[in-house]
Amino acid sequence: MNQEDIKDSDIDIVIGALQPDLTSFLNEWRPVFSRFHLIIVKDPDLKEQLNIPEGFDHHVYTKPDIEKAVGASSTILFSGYSCRYFGYLVSKKKYIISIDDDCLPARDNEGNLVDPVAQHITNLTTPATPFFFNTLYDPFRDGADFVRGYPFSLRSGVTCALSCGLWLNLADYDAPTQALKPQQRNSQYVDLIMTVPARALLPVSGINIAFEREMVGPALFPALRLAREGKLRWETIEDIWSGMCAKVICDHLGLGVKTGLPYVWRSAKGDPIESLKKEWQGVKLMEEVVPFFQSVRLPRTATTTEDCVAEMAKSVRERLGSVDPVFNHAADAMLQWVKLWKSVGSGSSTPGGA
Amino acid sequence: MASPSTVPATPLLKDELDIVIPTIRNLDFLEMWRPFFEPYHLIIVQDGDPSKTIKVPEGFDYELYNRNDINRILGPKASCISFKDSACRCFGYMVSKKKYIFTIDDDCFVAKDPSGKEINALEQHIKNLLSPSTPNFFNTLYDPYREGADFVRGYPFSLREGVATAVSHGLWLNIPDYDAPTQLVKPRERNTRYVDAVLSIPKGTLFPMCGMNLAFNRELIGPAMYFGLMGDGQPVGRYDDMWAGWCMKVICDHMGWGVKTGLPYIWHSKASNPFVNLKKEYNGIFWQEELIPFFQSAVLPKECTTVQKCYLELAKQVKAKLSKVDSYFDKLADAMVTWIEAWDELNSTGKKPSGNAK
Repeated sequence: MNQEDIKDSDIDIVIGALQPDLTSFLNEWRPVFSRFHLIIVKDPDLKEQLNIPEGFDHHVYTKPDIEKAVGASSTILFSGYSCRYFGYLVSKKKYIISIDDDCLPARDNEGNLVDPVAQHITNLTTPATPFFFNTLYDPFRDGADFVRGYPFSLRSGVTCALSCGLWLNLADYDAPTQALKPQQRNSQYVDLIMTVPARALLPVSGINIAFEREMVGPALFPALRLAREGKLRWETIEDIWSGMCAKVICDHLGLGVKTGLPYVWRSAKGDPIESLKKEWQGVKLMEEVVPFFQSVRLPRTATTTEDCVAEMAKSVRERLGSVDPVFNHAADAMLQWVKLWKSVGSGSSTPGGA
Repeated sequence: MASPSTVPATPLLKDELDIVIPTIRNLDFLEMWRPFFEPYHLIIVQDGDPSKTIKVPEGFDYELYNRNDINRILGPKASCISFKDSACRCFGYMVSKKKYIFTIDDDCFVAKDPSGKEINALEQHIKNLLSPSTPNFFNTLYDPYREGADFVRGYPFSLREGVATAVSHGLWLNIPDYDAPTQLVKPRERNTRYVDAVLSIPKGTLFPMCGMNLAFNRELIGPAMYFGLMGDGQPVGRYDDMWAGWCMKVICDHMGWGVKTGLPYIWHSKASNPFVNLKKEYNGIFWQEELIPFFQSAVLPKECTTVQKCYLELAKQVKAKLSKVDSYFDKLADAMVTWIEAWDELNSTGKKPSGNAK
């Protein structure tokens, strides 16, 4: 689908609210967000009322809404940062853009305000090139192209289904790194968009992402919950887990994943040293999962994202279940998610949507 | 807690690195590079008419080889070195005795970064080669060893040591390295985008390696950097670096070494004639459709424990699987074997061949 054909009404912006007062957050984002429909999901564990400024076309979902939609026992799935997944579930739009509530608009090297919605949509509506690396990065950008030696048969690319953005100021580091380098701030605006090559694994951060809802939605799920998961990003690993699953599935289905622009400006919050105690489980688990993800293969019969998730859940249980019980829970949650996606999810976005 | 860290100076490596330059015209471009290149030894490989004298600017320490020298030094094995094509540069890799090679084209000049500062491309290549690569897991903040960057959340700790870097692939501002069809369609396109990143190309991923601005650890990967049979009497040109890059990447993946791409930029000043290029590339454009699946599926057996063994195995597979594409690949496979024989001969005795050294 061409970018010119995308309407504002094809897009939902999903915000997981982990803090009650979204006034300054939304006011800062107003120039970018005001055109779009917002889905705001309040962390079911958050007690306070949400404070949302005027002038946004939005829908708020709180704990009672979640319980009504998925049942009380499944509400735990959407606790903390995972609340945003409920927004993905109930959206009916073609594209979802999701940004953490502690992120603000960034500026590029010329001082211009970055519109992450526009950039994510550009990423998603231009082809990805996962089968061969282009040394000038995204060949579909203005002023760039495929370089000499790039096979012509691979130049039409594949659909980009997932766009992973980055963060200036407080980058998405884990707790040990942040504890070791408390002053480190990411000030490097790297003017780069690239396709992550097929079979390459990467940590997909949930802080600033966008995706084609029907293609990837079933593969982005709240499944890996740490025993002491907390309300700070470096106390979670849920996005890393689902991102790796999503990458394997995209590789299998021939869909592309891009990384790079757009940047958002992320602000500091919390004490990483405190979080070290909570995050350590996540760090250890990552060591177990990498060999699994590098070698997992999905059967040719899995041709839809939902099928792929079911197959992945099976593999997770078979190969990781005995390593740590958290993986059995993850496999269960993945299957539960697919069930919810089929029953609560709206399926097709818009009739006649490409 | 920590005081602002002082960035350690990048070592010059002036006794461990050779700069290999192929040329047929002159080396005037070296004047611009003088502040950065003067400490280093140059190996100049003169292509084309050996009776022509190439003038090297004063003050550079160099050795120069023309076709007569190549024939004299290699004897019958000289058949593996291309004639009338910059692919002849790989002869320079072979005769070098240094640990690192930096190769650059004679139409590549010093570029400026966005702040207006002149870029010391060689220094950046050295930084790239001396720091690890991370091909086994992609870091979304690119090179984690760069000042101001790090591994992101979720990056497995056991992979944070990285692996040895074998190749550093630099880029070009101004005239981009496009193929002939693209040049014909976009004659005015210039690369003006300075992308401030170095990244490791993931294991299992192939890329088009351009020889214009390239550095590598010769001790690690040198034997794999054969630039093939191009130019005079050959059915294809402008695929020398491509061929070397595909062989090199398969071998690096097998040996567990990394390949970086991105910074440094140089300023590429000369746009070659697209009609001439089209004639040279013509066969390559069709052949690469077969070559890419070949390299993507190439498997090197566990017994290939040295680069030479890997390369000879690849040559065997080229002969077995690509001869049916064109008899050229039969010849190329033989030349690959000759290259390794010549490499081992020149590099085992420690004997230094005599070029026209200064």
